[in-house]
Amino acid sequence: MSTKVIQDQTQEREEHPMEGLLRMDRIPHIWCPTCGIGTTVTALAVALKQLQLDLNDVAVVSGIGCTGRVAGYMKLDSFHTTHGRAIPFALGLHIARPDLKVIVFSGDGDLVSIGGNHLIHTARRNVDITVICVNNFIYAMTGGQVAPTTPITARSSTSPYGNYEHPFNLPLLAASSGAVYVARWTALHIRRLTVAIKEAITKRGFSFVEVIAPCSTLYARLNKLGSGLELMKFYHDNSIIRHGADLKEVDIDYQSKIVVGKFVDIEKPTYLDCLNDAFKKKFGDKYKLYGGGNGDN
Amino acid sequence: MKADPKNVLTGSHYLDGNHASAEGGIAAGCKFFAGYPITPSTEIAERVSRRFPLIGGVFIQMEDELASMAAILGASWGGVKSMSCTSGPGFSLMMENFGLGIMLETPCVLTNVQRGGPSTGLPTLPGQADMMQARWGSHGDYEVIALAPDSPQESFELTIHAFNLSEKYHMPVLVMTDECVGHMTERVVIPPAEEIELVERRYTDKEPGETWPYEPTEGVVSPFLPVGKGYKFHVTGLTHDYRGYPVINAETQETNVRRLIDKVNNHVDEIIWLEEKDVEGAEIVVMAYGISSRVIQPAITKARKEGIKVGQIKMVTVWPFPEKRVRELAGQVKSLIMVEMNYGQVFLEMDRCAAGKCQTYLVGHAGGTVHRPDDIYKTIKEAVK
Repeated sequence: MSTKVIQDQTQEREEHPMEGLLRMDRIPHIWCPTCGIGTTVTALAVALKQLQLDLNDVAVVSGIGCTGRVAGYMKLDSFHTTHGRAIPFALGLHIARPDLKVIVFSGDGDLVSIGGNHLIHTARRNVDITVICVNNFIYAMTGGQVAPTTPITARSSTSPYGNYEHPFNLPLLAASSGAVYVARWTALHIRRLTVAIKEAITKRGFSFVEVIAPCSTLYARLNKLGSGLELMKFYHDNSIIRHGADLKEVDIDYQSKIVVGKFVDIEKPTYLDCLNDAFKKKFGDKYKLYGGGNGDN
Repeated sequence: MKADPKNVLTGSHYLDGNHASAEGGIAAGCKFFAGYPITPSTEIAERVSRRFPLIGGVFIQMEDELASMAAILGASWGGVKSMSCTSGPGFSLMMENFGLGIMLETPCVLTNVQRGGPSTGLPTLPGQADMMQARWGSHGDYEVIALAPDSPQESFELTIHAFNLSEKYHMPVLVMTDECVGHMTERVVIPPAEEIELVERRYTDKEPGETWPYEPTEGVVSPFLPVGKGYKFHVTGLTHDYRGYPVINAETQETNVRRLIDKVNNHVDEIIWLEEKDVEGAEIVVMAYGISSRVIQPAITKARKEGIKVGQIKMVTVWPFPEKRVRELAGQVKSLIMVEMNYGQVFLEMDRCAAGKCQTYLVGHAGGTVHRPDDIYKTIKEAVK
């Protein structure tokens, strides 16, 4: 084996399997070793490859935070916006160019705390975008503060005696707001996560994928949970796959079982479907369908 | 390029300023409007929501003003002319993403129908007290372009002009109107489409891989990169280099911020739009913008009848401030007077540029009503002493 490795190194460097999808001129990235964001990015990259989409037609929008940096590393038209506002920015982009696949890739603090209002309203409208939410239970970029997803009793830099606020149940929030596709996997369920991302991107309407990911540097350290890799394995090993689970029962307690799976996969007219239907009914032939299937008008 | 006749309601209309603003945006080719209801600006959104379906535009009432501003930026990057409108409290909420628009260099138009503030203030009554917020409301150093219509007719015309400036300079452009202009109904003449000149977005002619979003350029701004065409570009609100990539150091900050400042400062002579009357040989010059530039007329007429040499300058653009012109005038006149519905905002700039070379006066109040001509007249009388 060792001989083979040496031989490989002497040969011309082979293209990294994700080279076409990453901005290699921006590598190394800023993420810590064993952070869960990396595997999630891999899952998205593999999903895009497997879907065989024209990558010119895919755009990524991120907000602020560790996961917010994803837009900067994906070799796609990519927008790194303000804290919490990735979803409305993506909504504008989607309406302007309904022919593109618009993917919002951001973290729990960004999407659910400061951006929570946009999450629920964009789900309510069933805007045809995909949201990938990496949930690491903490504000990592700013140094490990408590988040609306932090489990009760977990420590953070601003809950030094343990969190006492009820956290959000994200799949329940997304589904009850109107999302037509809701799934949750951990960052180590790479194959299942990839399938979920593929389904979410293909789904017409607002799709939401929550990814339970370890924050090695802050959450793991502040709570003495070992290395990021150990925590990633812990989440994986303590997950229970329950497709179509009752979403009232998928809350996440501190270091306990995590229900994962595909929870929602339903059909519902999208925002633009509804807009077109309403105006077609009102104006008849005078109305030209918006989007026209190619976003030219 | 000329306006699309499909979007232009050519003819003579009886419209309020808000409806005229909406028509201006539509005539300019705006096809995406995201807004949130707020008095006294809402009629703009209402008119757009009524007009858009049959001309291929999308109106969306967002969950708040934060989302509205973010959405018009996203749509603009999607290649669609975009607009929003608001008033004081909403303007405050939009400031963060207004800054993103400045940083990403995103063309779009934001109309603020000003009411009295601070806070909820006077929702149904006029003010001009958001002028400094327009200039400095988002954090950081940058330049802005702000226009101030004085009538429904100008609301129509300046909204088109704002779109043109935004496409030329790649930035959000502000139309700072007020409750009075927004709700006054007057004749608005909408010209034939072929008489409306539009600036369309200039896209790069280079191939993907050969160009970057913020390449140094001989022109005012580097050409835009279109989304969905394989350029696979990145833009960020972080300090970035010409590639659009974040680079966190003082050198890149300097280059990035200078770029935002210089593209306006190097073109102030083209951007600044003043309408001067009787300024030649005047002892006193009254400056005003928006509705106040109309309110000053009776006082000036009265003073001139008495033989006082009063000239006037209407600032169609308030930002960038006409620094050079004010410095010049300060050496020639006895007094400069600023009339505005606030306690001295644009006045501060006038006073700074006068630099003690002439007397400066503010006719200001906290808003809620336009000025009484008599207050302006009295100040002219005092200023001539």
